[in-house]
Amino acid sequence: MSALLEVSGLQVAFGELRAVRGVSLTVGKGQTLAVVGESGSGKSITSLAVMGLLPAQARVVEGEISLDGVNLLDLAPEELRRLRGEELAMIFQDPLSALNPSLTVGYQIAEVFRRRRGASRAVATGRAVEAMAEVGIPDAAERAKAYPHEFSGGMRQRVMIAMALALEPRLLIADEPTTALDVTVQAQILRLLRERQRAGLAMIIISHDLGVVARTAQSVVVMYAGQAVESGTVAEVYGTPAHPYTLGLMAASPSARTGRRGIRPIDGNPPDLTALPSGCAFHPRCPFARERCRTETPALRPLPSGRTSACHFAEEVLAHDRAAGA
Amino acid sequence: MIGYLVRRLAQAVLLLFGAVTIVFLVLRVIPGDPAALILGSQATAQELAAKRDEMGLSDPLLAQYARHLGEIVRLDFGDSWRLGGDAFAAVLDRLPATITLAGFALLFTLALGFPLGVYAARHKGKLADRAVSYFSLTGQALPAFWVGIMLVLIFSRTLNILPATADGSALALVLPAFTLALPFLGWLARLVRNGTLEELGRDYVRTARSKGLSERVVFNIHVLRNTLTPVITVLGLILGNFIADAVIIEQVFAWPGIGSLMIESIQNRDYAVAEAAIILIAVFYIGLNLVVDLLYFALDPRVTLETV
Repeated sequence: MSALLEVSGLQVAFGELRAVRGVSLTVGKGQTLAVVGESGSGKSITSLAVMGLLPAQARVVEGEISLDGVNLLDLAPEELRRLRGEELAMIFQDPLSALNPSLTVGYQIAEVFRRRRGASRAVATGRAVEAMAEVGIPDAAERAKAYPHEFSGGMRQRVMIAMALALEPRLLIADEPTTALDVTVQAQILRLLRERQRAGLAMIIISHDLGVVARTAQSVVVMYAGQAVESGTVAEVYGTPAHPYTLGLMAASPSARTGRRGIRPIDGNPPDLTALPSGCAFHPRCPFARERCRTETPALRPLPSGRTSACHFAEEVLAHDRAAGA
Repeated sequence: MIGYLVRRLAQAVLLLFGAVTIVFLVLRVIPGDPAALILGSQATAQELAAKRDEMGLSDPLLAQYARHLGEIVRLDFGDSWRLGGDAFAAVLDRLPATITLAGFALLFTLALGFPLGVYAARHKGKLADRAVSYFSLTGQALPAFWVGIMLVLIFSRTLNILPATADGSALALVLPAFTLALPFLGWLARLVRNGTLEELGRDYVRTARSKGLSERVVFNIHVLRNTLTPVITVLGLILGNFIADAVIIEQVFAWPGIGSLMIESIQNRDYAVAEAAIILIAVFYIGLNLVVDLLYFALDPRVTLETV
């Protein structure tokens, strides 16, 4: 299986502040990768860097983002722009603010066909209505004339998905696509995304909801303080976390087995990126921490069965998992 | 919608009623006797009293007021003793000159203020942005009559390229219209600049870019569309202010509009004309505000009756 997207050693800085400090990830063709982590861990910045949509103050300091072997960071802005919508697309957490309030949703979808494919207004409008019907918006021809504020949250996210997938891109980045939605609507949106996956769409799903990840992704990257600290298949990482932070994330999420009473939050707060702890950034909150963690920064290293962990004591964490499971 | 319209219309009528009352009181409080002005200094006390009776000025104030309200509803402001003939007709006669002046001032404001604001936003923090900002503040801070006189000194007296007063040519419009526009032009530029910057930072701009739209389309369609709404709604207010501010500008440039007519009428205690002029200005101001409110519905789909 060859990779569709390969990010390696990505570093993004806002002035002096490093928001992303060396992230590598791979998305196979038609595969879905989840990126999980707390707010401020650099998940969204990483995905915006892939799209070439970083805010003006941010810039990529190091690393490579290659799509089908082409380094996107080497492309001229105009070349990268043409890839957006066509190869790469993105949907966002809050579909209300992500849609233009003064244009009808039909216009906003149709303009993709008009501006990118040179379709006439009538043809583009027809295709926009089809796209809306395809994502399950009832009465699409009529609803195309409505404005974003006239839709419910779930319908708005469907509009976003229809718009993002209009030109049949190969990779969709979904940044917290269900966070702002009701639980029942969440399930509908996830079902919609899974249909697209089956049709061959590759995805990066960014979420702090481990349940959403479990239902959509094959593999997962766990981020902490701007770095990837663990990666592997969802089954492996969920079953036997190889990094204490992942272990903490699992304990902090409700599961069917333990219910909400079983939730144990991770002690302490996410680190201040302007004053990172020495050594491993997680050591002040880590129950496994030793002297070595304070002095030596752990590298992301491969473990057996193709997974990785950035913990000096990954083997010990795995042993702990097995003991707890037994 | 209908209910809202009715409510706004009722408010407008109430405002007009207030304006009429204030104008009536103020004009009666100003010292000076119209009868004396009309008859001249040779008139006897009897003649003056007879004239005042004839003009209804010796009736109790309340009676005058009641009669007056009835007249205004019929648009009958009485005759101008100075110009002869209907006062309202005299004002309407001068109205085109003021409308032309205000219209051109609006054109200046839009044609210069909008691009300046967009330009400043696109060069945020750079020299161009600061230059626009200084220009804007200066334009708002300088008194209009002074700017008018300076422009006349420079462009008419010294350079001799533009007429200082109304001489029938279109060029005569340039100086008064620019003087009228200057403070609002700067104000609009800042409004557009800040609005554009605010819109540029919104999420939908990122979405538009994520669709692979060109920067030109992102800016001209997505951003400007949202910047335009507040601009169009203030245009009505600006126009209303132009018609009111024209009083000063017309005086400076001897422009034959309702502003200069109003000042002449007040100086001559020609109550009928002064009042007709002031009421007409008030009608414009209130009417334009009403139009602005209604425009809001047409332009911003989010504004619904629940939000007003």
